[in-house]
Amino acid sequence: MTWDNHFAVMVFPYLLKGLQVTIIATLSSFALAVCLGLAIAVLEKITRGPIFFLISGVTHFIRGTPLLVQLFFLYYLLPYANITLPAFGCGILGFGVHYATYLSNVYKSGIEAIPVLQWEVSKACNFSPFQTWRYVILPQAIRPVLPVLGNYFIALIKETPLLSSISVMEMMGEASLFGDMHYRYLEPITMVGVLFLALGMVARGCVGSMARILGVLREKDDHSASSFNRPYENSGMDPSENLIS
Amino acid sequence: MTELVLSDLLRSVLRGLEITVILTISGSILAFVCAFVFGLGRVSRWRFIRVFSICYIELFRGTSVFVQVFWLYYALPAFGLLLSPLLAGILGLGLNVGAYGAEVVRSAVQATGRDQYEACCALNFTRYQTFRYIILPQAFPRMLPVFGNNMVELMKASSIVSLISLSDITFQAQQFRIRTGQTFLPFAVTLIVYFILYLGILFFIRSVTRLASPQKVKV
Repeated sequence: MTWDNHFAVMVFPYLLKGLQVTIIATLSSFALAVCLGLAIAVLEKITRGPIFFLISGVTHFIRGTPLLVQLFFLYYLLPYANITLPAFGCGILGFGVHYATYLSNVYKSGIEAIPVLQWEVSKACNFSPFQTWRYVILPQAIRPVLPVLGNYFIALIKETPLLSSISVMEMMGEASLFGDMHYRYLEPITMVGVLFLALGMVARGCVGSMARILGVLREKDDHSASSFNRPYENSGMDPSENLIS
Repeated sequence: MTELVLSDLLRSVLRGLEITVILTISGSILAFVCAFVFGLGRVSRWRFIRVFSICYIELFRGTSVFVQVFWLYYALPAFGLLLSPLLAGILGLGLNVGAYGAEVVRSAVQATGRDQYEACCALNFTRYQTFRYIILPQAFPRMLPVFGNNMVELMKASSIVSLISLSDITFQAQQFRIRTGQTFLPFAVTLIVYFILYLGILFFIRSVTRLASPQKVKV
């Protein structure tokens, strides 16, 4: 039993159908993760005491346990809480929440990289906390971490086959079903692998060009705004230097 | 009644825990070996080894671990190679995480400064000596935290072997659910057990990092 081209051509339309589901699932769960992750990161920064420990404990717990079990948990237990989601919605919720906990760490590293000076300036300008976050901190925190978010997007694509375990017919689900029907697994699963390679390459290309564009933009920004941002440049008395280090 | 159910749950979880721990440990060992072999292969002098390592890394990083484990279990028999579920799981997890580890090894080795290599050259060290006594002691502590994350990822990914009929914790939880109709209990216990494993790995890596980080030498 070796590779059979005819069989591979037969399975291809099914895989394409699954590919659509894979892409939609990836995009929607990543959108959820991006929003939720930001919310978690900001909440972890502004809360103190028991609420902070609760949030960080829960995110640790979600990060430390397998996504598959979390998906089962949601899939079998949400109906008991009178929430009946279709399997697809369950999957997106599970993926979104799981990846949000990863992304919150990424956002946090971006927020922590902002010099204390920025906070002090916002206070000096009498910005409200909302204004500080919205106009000063987040725009500067998010842009440098966008490429890292892109890496998590690529990782997320590769985890979507887990959806097939809760009966969402994405690429891997279609492949196993087709394999079950004809009792040949070599071609379907190999082709799923190849399609994932292709998908990953496309995603990596997109993330890479995004990172390049951001890099170019940042250089331009630095160039035009340097005289404004760094009035002490070359004078050897830049106060921000002490604060950063 | 509840006592019976609880003791049944405890027994199945312990049985599953054994498989998960075996998978995690042997998968990590395989991943560790692969990471070093292919990570150093990527910076090798010989073009053939470099290309081979890059192919391995790209192949296993580019496709999902789920697909790889399924491929090893379902598609390899087509070539006359029948793996047991445990072996397929270990191989799939180890090779996948090893590919991620290889990149870690490569970046840690390449992050060692050029001056170090030049100093070794000046001292007339062989390539082996350079690597063994100068590069590795500096690069290894740098790799460890990332290896720890990879090990956690491996432990978490080990749950997918339940889908190729290997009776790990997740599989036992599913069986328990089917057997007793209880839903909350098995999955909650499973999540907690995985979380304890996660904490265990964190603790392990932290102690290894403390041991491996360079000691202060009195001059």
